[in-house]
Amino acid sequence: MSSILVFVESAEGAVKKTSLEAVCYAKGMGGDVTVIAFGNEVSESELSDLGKYGASKVLHVNDEKYNKGVIQAYASVIADAMEKEGADVLVLANSSLGNPVSARVAVKVDASLVSNVTELPDTSAGFKVKRSIYTGKAFANVDLTKDKKILAIKKNAAEVKEVGGSATVEPFAASAPDGDFSTNITKTEKATGEILLPEAELVVSGGRGLKGPENWGMIEELAKTLGAATGCSKPVSDMDWRPHHEHVGQTGVKVSPQLYIAVGISGAIQHLAGVNSSKNIVVINKDPEAPFFKAADYGIVGDAFEVVPKLTEALKAAK
Amino acid sequence: MKILVCITHVPDTTSRIAFTDGDTKFDTNGVQFIIGPYDDYALARAVELKEQSGGSITVLNVGGAESEPTIRKALAIGADDAIRVNAEPTDSLFVAAEIANVAKDGGYDLILMGRESIDFNGGMVHGMVGEILGIPSISPVMTLDIEGDTAKMSREIEGGKEYLEVKMPFVAGCQEPIAEWKIPNMRGIMSARTKPLNVVEPSSNQSGTKLEKYEMPPAKGAVKMIDADNVGELVSLLKNEAKVI
Repeated sequence: MSSILVFVESAEGAVKKTSLEAVCYAKGMGGDVTVIAFGNEVSESELSDLGKYGASKVLHVNDEKYNKGVIQAYASVIADAMEKEGADVLVLANSSLGNPVSARVAVKVDASLVSNVTELPDTSAGFKVKRSIYTGKAFANVDLTKDKKILAIKKNAAEVKEVGGSATVEPFAASAPDGDFSTNITKTEKATGEILLPEAELVVSGGRGLKGPENWGMIEELAKTLGAATGCSKPVSDMDWRPHHEHVGQTGVKVSPQLYIAVGISGAIQHLAGVNSSKNIVVINKDPEAPFFKAADYGIVGDAFEVVPKLTEALKAAK
Repeated sequence: MKILVCITHVPDTTSRIAFTDGDTKFDTNGVQFIIGPYDDYALARAVELKEQSGGSITVLNVGGAESEPTIRKALAIGADDAIRVNAEPTDSLFVAAEIANVAKDGGYDLILMGRESIDFNGGMVHGMVGEILGIPSISPVMTLDIEGDTAKMSREIEGGKEYLEVKMPFVAGCQEPIAEWKIPNMRGIMSARTKPLNVVEPSSNQSGTKLEKYEMPPAKGAVKMIDADNVGELVSLLKNEAKVI
């Protein structure tokens, strides 16, 4: 592998965990890892720290204009950086920004693009990667046939581990044409003080078995005790018991945490599709025939209203 | 306003996934196909926008003849006419190039589609179409309103929402809650039978990837059941066996 460019995203001055995963993935491929980062809210020391994860150089577009993720402008600058750096591979996180940006870069630089990548490439014959399809119900092994390749890495598919020292940070002169800024981002609303569901390591979800939104306090208490994000099944968000952005499933948020606790969720196939990449699944349901038990690692048949508070207390006691 | 809505023809969300021919082909046996759920949202919003300010909706699918019942359903929901690019979709680039080829001379103000298909979950086609046509692409779009020649949208970002404005034309990848799904009524179903469905041949053969084979995830081990009166055992297993807390 000659040269790999990694696009990292940052929020509130910190590089996102999914982007650290992308850097570690790139390091795992071997070769030289250069990072490109945008905006003046992320500090040089934060970027220099990317060396710990395997980056040797960081190209910093240190410009306020790039604080907001304008898809077209990011794509133009990344394509330019790939050319200037002679990078034949771009690695990034499969995210709400990474996906649309990578699609445009792929057309600009004439690259093969694969999203939802779950493993390192096999380059013994061609350039083959494994990707998740059918919302985690299956995988496809695909060969990237163009000279340039772009890989969007599925969340939690690469382990974040420290391997090195610090990276040099260089300014990178952005070159996006004015037309790229025709999309005007007028406002950003950030959920504060919450653990973000798509990136969470631990998730506690509730379903119709909770009987009503007034009973969510015990789910939130369990989540708080664990340091987990909260989620819900589709019927629950359809009934407005919980906000749409907590809907986990095939047409909602797909999660791949270390631990997924499902309370009062029967396990419809569409819900399972959104959680089947979880490393460990705990199911709490009073119906012993609930299909979710077949997909679970650990199960408790019992009334959520009795089991959940007891579990929360036991977790507190174990701390 | 001229709206192009691109739809996928995908297995129903309840489908059990299996493969045939040495794991190189999707097993369609017993599988029901539907409009991609995210595309359904895009179509529903297009119908609402047309109801508000007039115009036309063309629905586009890249697929074989087997897609036609799905396309007819989109016509029954409210599209005026349809185009089917007669080709087996091979990857995102192939589909995007065909959509862009249809769209380039169509004078569409708005190109809507789902944020991703629910079979390959690529989430790439809208961006590629935007780039090929040289127009903005925004995804995943949760709300979309048109005022004059400007669209006001909100987009989901990790842990929040972004509000944007952009002038038409542009491409949007849509998701809920952009609109209420529409269920075709009898009048729609009857009129869909006579609405034009034009079949065109593919314009190019672009692709960036080649499928080697499909694979199912490893079978899950048996679930460990824990007595409801002994939640301490679960805590211990999560701590010492799974090592996740």
